[in-house]
Amino acid sequence: MSRRDYLFSKFGISILTLLFVLVLDFVLFRVLPGDPVRAVIGRNIRISAEVQESLRAQFGLDKPIFPDQFIDTMGQWARGNLGVSWSLRRPVGEILISKLWNTLLLIGLGQILSIVLGVILGLLAGWKRKTPFDVGALTFSLIAWATPTFWLGIILLVAGSAWFGLPTGGIVSPENVGKPLYTIIPDVARHLVLPTLTFTILYLGEYMLIMRSAILEVLSEDYILTARAKGMSHFQVLVKHGLRNAMLPMITIIALNLGFTVSGAIYIETVFSYDGLGNLVQTALVKQDYPLLQGAFLLLAVSVIVANMLADFLYTYLDPRVKAN
Amino acid sequence: MRESWFLLLRNLKEFWRTFRQNKLGLVGGLLVLIALLAAIFAPVLTPYDPSEIIRDENNRALTFAPPEVHGILGTDDAGHDVWSQLIFGARISITVGFLAGFIAMFVGSSLGILAGYFGGRTDTIIMRITDILLVIPDLPLLLVLVATIRQMELRISPLVVLIIVIGLLYWTSTARLIRSQVLTIKERQFVARARAIGAGHWHIIRNHILPQLTPLIVTNTVLILSTAILIESGLAFLGLGDPTRPSWGTMLNFAFERSAISNGAWWFYLPPGLAILWVSLGCILLGNILEEMLNPRLASHHLEGERGMIAVADTESRI
Repeated sequence: MSRRDYLFSKFGISILTLLFVLVLDFVLFRVLPGDPVRAVIGRNIRISAEVQESLRAQFGLDKPIFPDQFIDTMGQWARGNLGVSWSLRRPVGEILISKLWNTLLLIGLGQILSIVLGVILGLLAGWKRKTPFDVGALTFSLIAWATPTFWLGIILLVAGSAWFGLPTGGIVSPENVGKPLYTIIPDVARHLVLPTLTFTILYLGEYMLIMRSAILEVLSEDYILTARAKGMSHFQVLVKHGLRNAMLPMITIIALNLGFTVSGAIYIETVFSYDGLGNLVQTALVKQDYPLLQGAFLLLAVSVIVANMLADFLYTYLDPRVKAN
Repeated sequence: MRESWFLLLRNLKEFWRTFRQNKLGLVGGLLVLIALLAAIFAPVLTPYDPSEIIRDENNRALTFAPPEVHGILGTDDAGHDVWSQLIFGARISITVGFLAGFIAMFVGSSLGILAGYFGGRTDTIIMRITDILLVIPDLPLLLVLVATIRQMELRISPLVVLIIVIGLLYWTSTARLIRSQVLTIKERQFVARARAIGAGHWHIIRNHILPQLTPLIVTNTVLILSTAILIESGLAFLGLGDPTRPSWGTMLNFAFERSAISNGAWWFYLPPGLAILWVSLGCILLGNILEEMLNPRLASHHLEGERGMIAVADTESRI
């Protein structure tokens, strides 16, 4: 398959996925009892029937659901108009954007730490297979995999605050709210320690396992034997031939993992009352704020799909087998 | 028909022989078995009803009593016996997890066999669906689906909603795995022979392909069970469980929402998490043992020193 064909098929799937998410979100919003008019008036049922009717016409709800309403809604979404939150009485898009950066900060930090550590430790574990180090790494991965994210968060929260006096919630201490950014960096960093640690522990195990099996796969290839025969040292072979080839599957996995990191963010932000998208999703769930919940789903799903698309694009540059054709 | 049973039995016997030699697998099996027994014999193992409120001598509810004061694991914020809740919680967690896991396994295996066996357009459609589900972040999808279905006032138990939604979303990895296995089985001689003597599709799938797949389906199911248990606990923690029938995840939700942490009530928030870890770890250990059996190429690699290589050379010469 040539690079263009490969990208085309990947883009095709991404577009299909995007379409699926849009239709699903639209359908979910429509099957709820009540309609978008309720989203505007909130729970205030004292608005008269005539006003409700005129609102309904204004929203185009007297038109057929498909295609008129669907196309209209897509147009609204494309302009960033995701409706109004029932509980916060503000535009959903605006709320989402205000929380986005905090979540990106948490996910970014956690991902970078767990990927770097996971690659290094996984490489070592695969290289020194069946040594105590490898067994230890495997045990750690297994337990991290089997542990519920939120529970690990709770334990680290208790331990971190009791033993190290670390803050247990939020992103900045109350007395520092509103101060200029550069003066509160140490405070924010302290708040980030526990959520980031939870994130890193959870994903480290997985990346380590994947890197370990990728390097095992690579090390049983014949070109490794050839490299050894040429007189290269174990370490040289590992870094020059092993690491580079084993990194390829990692890139796909990291991209696919973005969906899981979003799950992690929801649990971890809930446990640490961290002011991001994940915490927002949980609040929306508790308050039964459906416009907010569905808007958050749309934003999260679309970002993961787009990120995957970018990863596929990157992959074609890195994998010589795709590039060569 | 009898022949297919024989094949199935032989595969299972082989499976058991390898399984017995794997200590980790046995440990996993033991963990799962203990949890199952606890769930089955819950009424025998618990001194109180999980919804009964424990009272002190002044007839006040005994809240957040530590284990030294009451029972095995103390009481929660409302004075319920935590040990009884934990053991009865096993019933809910395991039932929801296992039923969801079995649905996922059934859907995944069926679609995997269809895609692999028939190929062509069937294959394309099924694989596109797995591609789509693979990319969409799973927890947000689960949350909107479960929350919306609950809001629709369909009069189904929240637990049933969880079982169905988890079961219908987590089949994709199984489908891919089974499909790739079917693709190789399909090319074998005995399938070609069966087809040559005029065997129908259904006959070939049931008598020739399914028996070969059994070990794979068994291990994969066990792994899916661990995922389903973890997912259920997560959704319940976020408040989507059934508060009248608390699973371990619901218990943790209660503990977290009702300030067990600030009260230092470790007996309330530690045990349910350990129980989830116990079962999911058991399932993983039980399921993962076949990895090396399925992929013998990874038995050793080229940087493992001279001894490993000689061993490989030895086995090759013997063959």
